[in-house]
Amino acid sequence: MSTLAVRKAAPAAGTTPGTAQGPPRRRRIAFVPTVTLLLGAVYCLLPVAWVVIAATKSGRELFSTFTFLPGTGFTGNLADLNAYRDGVYWRWMGNSALYAGLGALLSTAVSALAGYALAVYRFRGREALFNVLLAGVLMPPVILAVPQYLLLAQADLTDSRLSVLLPQILSPYGVYLARIYATAAVPADVVEAGRMDGASEWRIFTRISLPMMLPGLVTVFLFQFVAVWNNFLLPYIMLSDDEKFPITLGLHTLLEQGANTPALYTLVITGAFLAVLPLVALFLVVQRFWSLDLLSGAVKS
Amino acid sequence: MTGTPARRRPYGAGAAPYARPSAATARGRAPRAPYFFVLPAALLFLLFFALPIGYALWLSFRKAKVSGLGLGAGARTEVWAGLENYTDALSDSELLNGALRVLGYGCIVVPVMLGLALLFALMLDAEKVRFAPVTRLAIFLPYAIPGVVAALLWGFLYLPDVSPFYFVLDRLGLPQPDLLDGGPLYLALSNIAVWGGTGFNMIVIYTALQAIPVEVYEAAKLDGATPLQIALRIKIPMVAPSLVLTFFFSVIATLQMFNEPTTLKPLTNSVSTTWSPLMKVYQDAFGKGDIHAAAAQATLIALATLVLSFGFLRAANRRNKQEAAR
Repeated sequence: MSTLAVRKAAPAAGTTPGTAQGPPRRRRIAFVPTVTLLLGAVYCLLPVAWVVIAATKSGRELFSTFTFLPGTGFTGNLADLNAYRDGVYWRWMGNSALYAGLGALLSTAVSALAGYALAVYRFRGREALFNVLLAGVLMPPVILAVPQYLLLAQADLTDSRLSVLLPQILSPYGVYLARIYATAAVPADVVEAGRMDGASEWRIFTRISLPMMLPGLVTVFLFQFVAVWNNFLLPYIMLSDDEKFPITLGLHTLLEQGANTPALYTLVITGAFLAVLPLVALFLVVQRFWSLDLLSGAVKS
Repeated sequence: MTGTPARRRPYGAGAAPYARPSAATARGRAPRAPYFFVLPAALLFLLFFALPIGYALWLSFRKAKVSGLGLGAGARTEVWAGLENYTDALSDSELLNGALRVLGYGCIVVPVMLGLALLFALMLDAEKVRFAPVTRLAIFLPYAIPGVVAALLWGFLYLPDVSPFYFVLDRLGLPQPDLLDGGPLYLALSNIAVWGGTGFNMIVIYTALQAIPVEVYEAAKLDGATPLQIALRIKIPMVAPSLVLTFFFSVIATLQMFNEPTTLKPLTNSVSTTWSPLMKVYQDAFGKGDIHAAAAQATLIALATLVLSFGFLRAANRRNKQEAAR
């Protein structure tokens, strides 16, 4: 921490000459902020770089060669993973894609409807409803997950794909974001003009307002997709049949089995590497036309 | 779906005059449409939030009573327990120790994570900074990695057999601490949370920084204020609301700590099955099958979360008012 203080003090000294008179230096880079950010990036990329390289190592190389030296076993590891329990790994991936994809889609629809109504209409109970929904954010998931499990058990739904899907459809944060985007993106006079033309409220929503809210809804979708994909607790509590496991739970059980048999380490590492890829790829693709700032509810006026 | 014939109908004419009132009258008339729109959300809230919470409360005041040898269908009955489960939970040393462990962990994670997030956000917002888009994405990247996978990756990096850190320490002839035991275990766990959470909080703070109009620090710059002074005196106070928000979410996330210790458990003996309060709830509910004790503990954790978060929000509001009054 002391190094931070030292580095923070540096720009003050460095920029004083800059404010003095003389020709402004062209595109002189700010050294301290750039270096700080690069250090942060290295810290954040380190484990990812490690798993990329470790996934290329065979079991023997993993323990004998230097960590950041690529190995020769990637295809072998991949074949081992494919063969493990008849390819159960890929079924975990498929399950995760199903839970996250379908769950996020439904969640976005529910959030869009509720957020739009909360933003555009004045109705009795509006603020109360919004506050109650927001209070849902505060509820620790395990507080919900244990009674959710017991209630779903009474409906005979535990250990089913629905038991993982259903509780994750409503996202209080999604409703909150959708309300912000609807307020910013749908002007009241456009809705009013739709009414003047005699369009029903539903038609105004689907034909006029929904397209306007779309960029914001992409954010809600991504947020919920990541939340479901990364969720561990709910499937951990709900599921016992490992054919229905999402990737997080699958990797956890693999690690549990592999802890005592280092031979399984390569399997866990290769599995972790492949599990990281889809979301990283998603963000890299999406960030070309979508801004990270939207995630914190920022709207450009 | 209204067909085209109705489109040009003059306002107010037709079978249902005022059926589609203007927004101004809609306010007074309570239209039905918004209730249909919020219906799915409200139903899901009732089913998957309100009902489970109510059920957990109900369970927490009951207990299982075993009569006779505990055999047969009627041997186990549920009876009213009053506050018994709560007094048991509050005097349970394992739960208390778990709470203390999480408190110690939170005292490391929250300040370090938010401090780093604020630092990176300020650096991104600095003038003439290079590589900002790339580094921003890199620092945000861990957000896209599941907590379980993050714990797994770091778990391997903590293992002497495969870790590059131990390799370097070994070559330098330095002592090699066991990162998965005793005090270092807290640092090891905190590091995973800091790594995973800094990027998201950085984005929240950075967004708030960008919303500050340039004119605000233009004047300060003309007066010769250094970037450090501008950051400390202008930028940080102006993003205080987003700092409050990120603090709020971080505290909640800390109290709910479950994934990281559960994932590290297979790699070390020093993480017990009841390391954090939530792990204890899970253990009691599914390991021991005592759902009543688990429900009471869960309720206590929820209460602690609510008290802490609202207490903090009120304190933050009061400070804001005092600053505004000055």
